[in-house]
Amino acid sequence: MSKVLERLYYTNSHEWVKVEDGFAYIGITDYAQKSLGEIVFVELPEEDDALEAGGELGAVESVKAASDILSPITGTVVMANDDLEDSPELLNEDPYENWIVKVDIEDKSELEELLNATEYKAISE
Amino acid sequence: MKTTALHGLHVALGAKMTEFAGYDMPIVYSSITEEHLKVRNECGIFDVSHMGEICIRGDRATEFVDYIFTNDVASMHEHQVLYGMLLYETGGVVDDLLVYKFKDDHYLLVVNASNKDKDFEWVKSQNTFGCTVTNESDNFSEVALQGPYSETLLQTLTDSNLDDIAFFHFDTIIVSGEEVLVSRTGYTGEDGFEIYGRHDSIVSIWEILLEQGGDKILPIGLGARDTLRFEVNLPLYGNELDKDITPLESGYGFAVKLDAADFIGKDVLVKQKANKTTKRICGLELLDKGILRHGYKVYNGDEQVGYITTGYKSPSTGKTVALAMINRPHEKLGTSLEVEIRNKRKSVVVIKKKFYNKSYKK
Repeated sequence: MSKVLERLYYTNSHEWVKVEDGFAYIGITDYAQKSLGEIVFVELPEEDDALEAGGELGAVESVKAASDILSPITGTVVMANDDLEDSPELLNEDPYENWIVKVDIEDKSELEELLNATEYKAISE
Repeated sequence: MKTTALHGLHVALGAKMTEFAGYDMPIVYSSITEEHLKVRNECGIFDVSHMGEICIRGDRATEFVDYIFTNDVASMHEHQVLYGMLLYETGGVVDDLLVYKFKDDHYLLVVNASNKDKDFEWVKSQNTFGCTVTNESDNFSEVALQGPYSETLLQTLTDSNLDDIAFFHFDTIIVSGEEVLVSRTGYTGEDGFEIYGRHDSIVSIWEILLEQGGDKILPIGLGARDTLRFEVNLPLYGNELDKDITPLESGYGFAVKLDAADFIGKDVLVKQKANKTTKRICGLELLDKGILRHGYKVYNGDEQVGYITTGYKSPSTGKTVALAMINRPHEKLGTSLEVEIRNKRKSVVVIKKKFYNKSYKK
């Protein structure tokens, strides 16, 4: 069974958002990494890139296939997790510890549109 | 969805299952990379029961198979296997396949799962030789045992000397009490065998091979089957081969014998050979970060000059490489080109398309 953490926000497309010190940290869920299998490449956005809720943020690629990562919220990229460039497998090892991007949130009310842990559990089992 | 006789065992092993050619098949059991490297270093067993088997019998069977098959059937001896293609009159490929010769009046065609019904109809439609053509696909199961440890392992289960089965030859032997057809063939670039038999025989052989092989064997899913064949430039129908690509354009001319008997599509290939093809499959290596995937477009400046047929981060070498159909003259080794990945251009260079060396036992 896939791990779902309390106090995070989730999307139907299996991204998570953690809000800390006013910034949003975005990653992919345990369910997502299990479905993908071994992740061999992560395409990261660049600093200052504008993200749109539901728009493309980057991509994760397993041996077999490429999948888009969609941004759960609108905002501006503050920093991408460069560790994933050389070690994409970190997303398999601990998908909640290894965030993909840190974002300056434009509109906090968008967070309320996302799924909570209970709702996400229901679609990821 | 259809299932193979081994389906329950795949599910019990915890395989991730996926639909392939109408069958519910294992794509990966543990990890594609781990399974891939196991076959390169020791051995692995694959369920390939979804493959199709078409039997051709008749006094003129040799003539008939030679007429529909690109390779030289007249030169075959009994218990030999040949790789080649069935072509349309246009020179495009109906399917690629193995032909097993039992006797002058008896052949078995082993074809791709995704094409087996189409192939059966095609073969029947070309039968002006009075042969009997039967689709035996549902009567056989098949497993492939591939990798350098395969012979040692399989030898523990049979009194027949496997040394006597040469590369691309077969025999009917007893393995662990079951009568099966064993050929020294495969789709990985490694030494190994393909084993055909009754459903219950193959289930029993699968189980005993996994048990007897201990930590030297793993079950291998379709994911690693594709990365293994890709690294040694073995084509996949729908990627490197299709109805609009000739075998010469694919670069598999070794399977086409233009100086032997006539076969369907030969005229087109003879002309193509004389005038040179306008496009050809070549190897690409990605110089930027990313992964090259099937279908991505290849550019020289603003002009699209080709497309990726298969691409992976090669599990054996770690390099990001691809097979691509490229228009001449951009296919020359060392040519710098670009590939579009998610609306961004990335640099690639044309390299040799053998990404890993085959190690057949010949």
